[in-house]
Amino acid sequence: MCLAIPGKIVDIIPDVRSLALVEVAGVRRRVDLGLLEADKPKKGDWVLIHVGFAMSKISEQDAIEQMNTLAMLGEAEAALQEIRGYGLGEEENDQAGS
Amino acid sequence: MATAVTSKIRFHEPQIEMAHGAGGKASRRLIEGLFVPLLCESSTGILGDAAHIQLDGVRVGITTDGFVVKPLSFPGGSIGELAINGTVNDLAVSGVKAEAIVVTYILEAGLPTEILEAEVRAMAKAAKKAGVIIAGGDTKVVEHGKADGMYISTAGIGRTIPGVTIDPASVRPGDKVLLSGPVGDHGITILLARGELDLEADLTSDTRSVLPLVEALVKAAGPGVRWMRDPTRGGMATSLNELARDCRLGVALYEDDVPVRDTVRGACELLGLDPFHIANEGQFLAVVAPELAEAGLQALRATPGGENASLIGEIREQPAGSVLALTRYGASRIVDMLVGDPLPRIC
Amino acid sequence: MKFVDEFRAPELINKAADEIRRLADPSRHYRLMEVCGGHTHAIYRFGLKDILPENIELIHGPGCPVCVLPMGRIDDGLSMAQDPNVIFTAFGDMMRVPGMNGSPLEHKARGMDVRIVYSPTDAIKIAQANPDRHVMFFSIGFETTAPSTALTLKRAKSLGLANFSIFCNHVTIIPAIRAILDSPDMRLDGFIGPGHVSTVIGCRPYEWIAANEKKPIVVSGFEPLDILQSIVMLLRQLKNGEARVENQYKRVVPWEGNRAALAAMAEVFQLRPFFEWRGLGFISQSALRIRDTYAEWDAEQRFNVPGLRVTDPKAAQCGEVLKGVLKPAQCKLFGNECTPEHPIGALMVSSEGSCAAYFNYEHRKTAMLTNISASA
Repeated sequence: MCLAIPGKIVDIIPDVRSLALVEVAGVRRRVDLGLLEADKPKKGDWVLIHVGFAMSKISEQDAIEQMNTLAMLGEAEAALQEIRGYGLGEEENDQAGS
Repeated sequence: MATAVTSKIRFHEPQIEMAHGAGGKASRRLIEGLFVPLLCESSTGILGDAAHIQLDGVRVGITTDGFVVKPLSFPGGSIGELAINGTVNDLAVSGVKAEAIVVTYILEAGLPTEILEAEVRAMAKAAKKAGVIIAGGDTKVVEHGKADGMYISTAGIGRTIPGVTIDPASVRPGDKVLLSGPVGDHGITILLARGELDLEADLTSDTRSVLPLVEALVKAAGPGVRWMRDPTRGGMATSLNELARDCRLGVALYEDDVPVRDTVRGACELLGLDPFHIANEGQFLAVVAPELAEAGLQALRATPGGENASLIGEIREQPAGSVLALTRYGASRIVDMLVGDPLPRIC
Repeated sequence: MKFVDEFRAPELINKAADEIRRLADPSRHYRLMEVCGGHTHAIYRFGLKDILPENIELIHGPGCPVCVLPMGRIDDGLSMAQDPNVIFTAFGDMMRVPGMNGSPLEHKARGMDVRIVYSPTDAIKIAQANPDRHVMFFSIGFETTAPSTALTLKRAKSLGLANFSIFCNHVTIIPAIRAILDSPDMRLDGFIGPGHVSTVIGCRPYEWIAANEKKPIVVSGFEPLDILQSIVMLLRQLKNGEARVENQYKRVVPWEGNRAALAAMAEVFQLRPFFEWRGLGFISQSALRIRDTYAEWDAEQRFNVPGLRVTDPKAAQCGEVLKGVLKPAQCKLFGNECTPEHPIGALMVSSEGSCAAYFNYEHRKTAMLTNISASA
């Protein structure tokens, strides 16, 4: 289940309950914001769209953090390899790739 | 002869379904299992977009095509233009320069004359642009409720373009696959134009004659052009699978090198569709020998309308008979023909 | 495409694959189940198995709402639209699912008014535009989709829309996971947890998997980097002997879930005492029905439904494949009698069903291809 795609709110439709115009790579569709009443998204926010409803707001901060984590995968290990290469002795028992 | 041929029928489905017209596997079963055994002397002939016959020592190409589209008119074109361009393109990718087209209109009673007039004007305009004459036609009217407004059927004829011989049997491992431009524009435009999905985008059908591009390719790389096809219904996946089957080799596709417009990508992601399965009306694929592929590509790019032409893959021994899409990170997936039309999904 | 392309970056995918290879203990064979059909589809579409080490086996779970719907329910839905006054609406996913006498698309070709909608609200629009016809919406899906159906029912009620009803076939994910874990043939090391269902139910409902069953579960996004990162997180837990619920899909999944969505569901739906799942049999408290307060819009109340039970042919091994006991290719009917063109079992019908996904994307890849690298 669950084809849900990130889209950007380009307009809040006035006078209509919880409706916004959302854009995905230039494709526009009216999306119901009724499931996000508690934390109403604004124009410019990114939301996850499924069957014409916004399911969740997308946190840019969390996305950036995730990218950073992914970019650093293996970095710790690479750093450790270098240190081992200096022959500083008893580092052999360290945990790999933390 | 009829009795001998009847025993070759391999189509055993009790009735015709929509899938049989969608250009994918079901269509192929119908064509190969029923039409070919009954209509063709040799049922092992390769099925191309056009046929070549000799008339008094002159090699001519002929083709026929049917046009059924809803809505009749959409951003970027209408059924009339599709009819002309589609016929010209079928001939062009068979190495034939279209000279004349004849048309049959099947019209629904109740069709407003102004709609018919608009389509006929569109056809006249498209014919002039493509350099073909409309040499004649026929009209039939059917009851209200049939024909979705109008259906158009065409037949086109022309002379072979010198310097090129299309033959899937000449395809070799190492040959390159070229694509004239972005895929998916037409099918997504039609889907959006139907209005059922309440999606809007600045997108138009890519309907056009590809003859100028084909001629440019032939001029630059003629001796190396092995095969061409215009990927209409069923998308480029269907055309490439047909190629793989016909030449019994594998097609390796560089997924990230296939040009797709952002809006088409967005619509496909939103609806769960694969751009490789979406219909096109103004593009063509070509298999070119490796030593001439680059020259062919540059010639396409230098021709108006060919700026986004790309080298999208190559022919390999394996997987024989199949198409394999390769990612940049070393993974792959088979790209198969669909059974029927692609459907949006939510799962 | 923002929030999509970044998570498909080839260099990062390679990094994640390297980390997986580093973490995977060569003396172990890992069996990880991805519950959700969307993950199954993504794994095949992005070719992720090609870049995982041999000792990580991905088992496909039952999270495909089309796959688990018994054929009888499709016939029930189609029977409602035999009346030419009725318009049958459904998501595209339903259109090729075979009933006893053909799929909705085949019925359409024979004259039934069948229309694809992208959203249940589009079905309401059709009802408003056709006041003389009755519009029935065939709804399917897990908890991802149920809240949207709930809001649609609320809207129909507030509009007093008399010519609209919903045939509710929503099912819930936790009982499906329980059925997997209760299955005696099942040996799993961990779960790649449903991503979009979790935007609604949050991560808490999986805590019993970690606490009682002692298996790690990582709630995962659907892009290649999401799935690979989730596998990294699972391997780390397994290496450290841990069993916790983790949220990899933080950018979208709130730990507590979506209160408004859950409230809308509670207002409109109640749990059926039991429901038949294709391939898994009857499971109690696993499916939703529309409450009596919304009976006017409940298609099961408005129409006389045949309620026929249609069993799959004995030879079809859908249940075992659904539970991950068998691989698609191990079912005797796979690729012969049962193909996407003429599907016998549910797993071949839906494009995210494991049999269909395997058939379409994988099974013609021969061993010699796994070493092919992409062009520059």
